[in-house]
Formats: sequence, structure tokens, C-alpha cells
Amino acid sequence: MFWASYLLAALAIVLAWPAPIALSRAAWTARAPFTAMVLWQSIALAGGLSMIGALLVWGLEPLGDNLVAASAGFLELLLTDASARTLGVVHVFAVSAAVLLFAHLVFTLVLTFVRIRRQRSRHRDMLTLLSSPSTEQPATVVISHPAPVAYCLPGGAHSVTVMSDGLMDLLTQAELDAVLTHENAHLHQRHHLLLWAFAAWRSALPWLPTSQLAQRAVSELIEMLADDEALRRVDRATLVRAIVIVGSGEVHPDRDELGSTAADRPHAATADPARSTLGDGSTAHRVRRLLAPLPPLRRLQQTAALSAAGLLLVVPPVLLVMPEMLG
Amino acid sequence: MATLGDLERTVMDLLWATTDSTTANELRDAIAEVPAPETGRELAVTTVLTVLSRLEKKGLVERERNIRPHRYRAVTSREDHTAELMHEVLVTAPDRDAVLARFIGSVSEAEAQTLRTLLGGS
Repeated sequence: MFWASYLLAALAIVLAWPAPIALSRAAWTARAPFTAMVLWQSIALAGGLSMIGALLVWGLEPLGDNLVAASAGFLELLLTDASARTLGVVHVFAVSAAVLLFAHLVFTLVLTFVRIRRQRSRHRDMLTLLSSPSTEQPATVVISHPAPVAYCLPGGAHSVTVMSDGLMDLLTQAELDAVLTHENAHLHQRHHLLLWAFAAWRSALPWLPTSQLAQRAVSELIEMLADDEALRRVDRATLVRAIVIVGSGEVHPDRDELGSTAADRPHAATADPARSTLGDGSTAHRVRRLLAPLPPLRRLQQTAALSAAGLLLVVPPVLLVMPEMLG
Repeated sequence: MATLGDLERTVMDLLWATTDSTTANELRDAIAEVPAPETGRELAVTTVLTVLSRLEKKGLVERERNIRPHRYRAVTSREDHTAELMHEVLVTAPDRDAVLARFIGSVSEAEAQTLRTLLGGS
């Protein structure tokens, strides 16, 4: 049982440091955002589990061959109050740390959920007063503001997509459709649940490279997923134009001469992506990905990535509960 | 059937439309004239008062307490509230990302410049 705690600790370290750094630098994630998302989730889950598991297994080691037997032993100790003799101080410390870490993660998850819900409901209250329902789209409201803004506010049946009239002035109908399809994809694919989990993960362990990298990666990946969903309804050039116009945040100086039809506007998508020197911000990254689409991952690569994700979820529980099976 | 949210909206619309403060009674009469089907039924003044105190709690309405009956006014204009709400949406903070999902995240000035060049179609 002793070696199991070291393996778990090693796994926890790998998942806290090198693995997320490697994944955040990997180029293939843009080709398979869904697979990358699954992998991030299993890294976070397995990482948390192995952190807690390593402490728990190590601390309970003197009490039994596996976690089940040791936990029973620990409970008995607690009831008979004889811990000082069988368990050393370091062991008690490790077990306490495991329990505290677990409680910390769960509490942060709950607190984040409550905070997000409160902010959303306050925001929705204000929207009710300040916006008017869109005449064309269901579950869409228009707010009177000059800046081009589009976002969705998740909330089950109360989910709503918000557009500013600045946005509606700036975009053509096709481009607006692209924006709305993108936002609806966020709602349909329940991206807010992922954002919630990873925001909680980050506020629970803010100093850990994995939690910061994971949150950044996940918020980029959901944009890619929503872009891909939008591409089923609108063409690539329209979506890119919508992103570029909203991203650059103001009316293009030449726009008055160009009139209001999209056909008159320069086609952003025809620009050579290799020549453009985009900054490394996530929006530029998104545009670059749309301008120069890469083929999706090959089936073998996809399978390998998903198997790795599956394996990550299986290994810590196996190490926790059944070390004797492997030994 | 008017929900409380609809009523709050109607009341705020009326308060934002005037610069003067107004009483609950005047508001009730004004609501009766609003040609919206959902607010068509006769409202009791107590309902209007409930709505007003909810709005006061939310910081949208202030009450002049030194005269009777109390007079109510909007704390600030609709435009100010909208600007504040949009600022909340546009401001960068990692912990806000989970509250709502924006079409475009915050774009740095340099990045916006590249995007503009790109749109310029070179």
C-alpha cells in the first residue's frame, strides 16, 4: 500500500505541472477541441483525486492493506481514541490534509456555483428592465448600447442571448445569424457548466499551474466548439467577418463608402493568413484557426487521446482501492 | 396576468420617462393608461408600493420620506444603468467568464488593430 501512495503522488505532480503545460502548448487541440476538452476534464479530475488519494493512502498506511480496510481501522481509532499509539503525527497530518483538501474543493465548487448564480440572476433582473425582446429571435433580447456586444446568460429555461443595437447596426443579417448560432451553441452544449467547474478549480488552487492553464484552455476551446457549430449554419467568411468586426470593436473607417451590404465589404477570409501577423491573443488565434482550417485529427490520434483521458480516470481509483491487485 | 418583473419594468419605464418624482397613486393611474395587455387589469396601490419597495431595494428607485405621501424617483437614468451593465460585461476578470459567455473576449488594442487590418483586406 505504501508504493501506491508514491505512485499517486507522482501522478498528482505530473498532472499538476508537466501534463497541463504540454497540453496547453499542443497544437492539435485546435483540430479536435472536443477531445481536448475531455482530456482537460480528466486531467483536472484525476489530478484532484490523486492529490487527495496520495495523502490519504500514505496517512492510513499503518492501518491496513488497502483503503477500505484502512478506513475502517481509522474509524475504529477515532471511536476508541487510541490514535496516538498506532498512527504517527505525520500520518495524522496527512489524513487531515486529505480531508481538508477534499472539503476545500467541494466548498469552493459550491461557493462558486452560488456566486455565479447570484450574479446571473442580478444581471437577468437588470436585463428585464433595460432590454427589449428581439422581434425576430426567440430567447434573445436587444439592449440599447453603442458598443457591439453579444453574449449569452445561461440559466436553464431562462437562458437568454443579449445583443446590443450597436452590434445590430454594425453587422449584416447573415453575420448576426453567425453570432446567434455561436451563442446558442454555448447554451445547447452547456458550456457554462464547464466554465463553472474550471473557475472553481482555479479559485480553489490558484497557485497551481494546472488550474490556471486549464481555465484558459477551456475558455478557448468552448469558443472553438461554438465556432464549429456556427459553421454548420453560416459560411466561414461570414463568421470570420463577424468576429473581426465585433473584435475590433468599432465601425471600420471605410464602411460608409462601402455601404451596408456584406458583399461590398472586403472579404476578410480572402486575406492570406500566413502573411498576417496576428497577435497571440485568443481572438486572433480563433480567427487564424478559421482562416486556415486544419484537418481534424486522424481516428488513431483521436482514439489515443480519448484512451489517455479514460486511463487517467481509471488509474487513481484503482491505486486507491485495490493496490494488492497490482502488487 | 402581469408578473412582478413586468410591473417593475413598466414602473421603471414610467419613472425614467419623467424627471419629477411621483407618488404611488400617480403611478397606478399611469400604469392603467399603459396600453399593454399584460398590465391591463386594475392595480391596487399596495401592489405598486410592493413593486416600488422591491425596486428601492435593488437600488433603482429612491424615496422622499419627508413628505406624505412618499414620492419616488429613479436613482439614475436608463442609459447610466445600461452603461454600467455593459461595463460589467466588457470588463476583464477571469472570475466573470463563468457568469456569461461573450461572443468575443476582451481584445487588446494591438490585437484589435491586427483584426482591423485583416478586415481592411490586404
